[in-house]
Amino acid sequence: MRVGVLALQGDFREHADLLTGMGAEPVLVRHADALRGIDALVIPGGESTTIGKLAERFELLEPLREVVRLGTPTLGTCAGLIFLATATTGPSQIHLGLLDVVVERNAFGTQVDSFEADLDVSGLADPVHAVFIRAPVVAKVGAEVEVLAAVGEDPVMVRQGNIVATSFHPELTGETRIHELILRGEG
Amino acid sequence: MDTGTDRVKRGLAEMLKGGVIMDVVDADQARIAEEAGAVAVMALERVPADIRADGGVARMSDPGMIERIQAAVTIPVMAKARIGHFVEAQVLQSLGVDYIDESEVLTPADEEHHIDKWAFTAPFVCGARNLGEALRRIGEGAAMIRTKGEAGTGYVVEAVRHFRTINGQMQKLTTMKHEELMSTARDLGAPFDLVQEVAETGKLPVVNFAAGGIATPADAALMMQLGVDGVFVGSGIFKSGDPAVRAKAIVEATTYYEDSSIIAKVSRDLGEPMVGIGVRDLDEGDRLAGRGW
Repeated sequence: MRVGVLALQGDFREHADLLTGMGAEPVLVRHADALRGIDALVIPGGESTTIGKLAERFELLEPLREVVRLGTPTLGTCAGLIFLATATTGPSQIHLGLLDVVVERNAFGTQVDSFEADLDVSGLADPVHAVFIRAPVVAKVGAEVEVLAAVGEDPVMVRQGNIVATSFHPELTGETRIHELILRGEG
Repeated sequence: MDTGTDRVKRGLAEMLKGGVIMDVVDADQARIAEEAGAVAVMALERVPADIRADGGVARMSDPGMIERIQAAVTIPVMAKARIGHFVEAQVLQSLGVDYIDESEVLTPADEEHHIDKWAFTAPFVCGARNLGEALRRIGEGAAMIRTKGEAGTGYVVEAVRHFRTINGQMQKLTTMKHEELMSTARDLGAPFDLVQEVAETGKLPVVNFAAGGIATPADAALMMQLGVDGVFVGSGIFKSGDPAVRAKAIVEATTYYEDSSIIAKVSRDLGEPMVGIGVRDLDEGDRLAGRGW
């Protein structure tokens, strides 16, 4: 199974290594032609403003939108969630606009407020040990969006059709159950 | 909920990988850096080239200036504390700075000891010229390493030397028998457990960026091809003729570091680079990389 991993910036190698360990074949995506023939797509953690600007300058926005709209199972983590969303509550930035949520960036504070915690995820028997780094939360959820996990009242994992997105980083803890969702095509 | 764990501290550095961290001295420069695609900004009072030119004692930045930069951008804001100056570091942490750089670019406050970085919730990045230095800093709690290079020169040779040294020493460790590791740890002046870990994995347990002398898109791509995780650019941007254009070009060359046609394209018509200083032209006392113990 070929999984495109957007490799403009961020922890794309951690995603690729995790996917390799799960028996999938990661493909690093820096150009649109690398999207051809992929069965799933991952948008990694990183700086969402940087990833958005590079995707725009190197003409990846439309090709990415096309792939996701065709129904390709897609996972976005942290910056990936922000990039997939329609907007943020803060200054405007570049989004794919495919996931009908408004995201609040750095919702828990600065890096000194970053944390790890066990998190109950709907559909998973055991909690996920989740790492939140300058993490966003979902501030507004569209009608088609299902909330899969929350910290307090704030959604931190959502699903809409073929898209799953998290505020936390399964790729940093060796957690495979989130990636399994898209490998099984349940994204 | 656990804050300030190793995973959380090292994790932010993981998110910065493949990116460019830019030195800025005010909010306007920070906005230019963010607009160019920087993954973070490093707030400091003067860029290294000016610290060199002005002389005197270089200290932590004015907290007011740091707060103005924090208000101006959404990307992480880093700031520098003097080597061993744990109170400057406490102040930076209380300001909510995202990463503290215990930096040889500022004038050291302690000529024997570095800051006990385990005592902080904020993560630290530290410079290193060789593996022993890198592992001592990690042993003190650094969550990210950068080459020292020679800051404020616009000359990449020292960054290359430091990265190759660290890498060469790591490779050598992976070929050693277990009984050789203790005497090697002694010779490196590095904690034994970290030496053992590097011998097993062949890499540092934290992210390693290049810093000190990167001035062009090709410099950034050179360091990326050598195998660093990302780059810091200090004086190279805001001491050049057209900072906004150069900053953007360095960001693009860092992502597409393996694609020479893109590097050629983004390197076109960038205007004047910063005027470089040959490292051999510097007196020993003017070299910043020797600071740190």
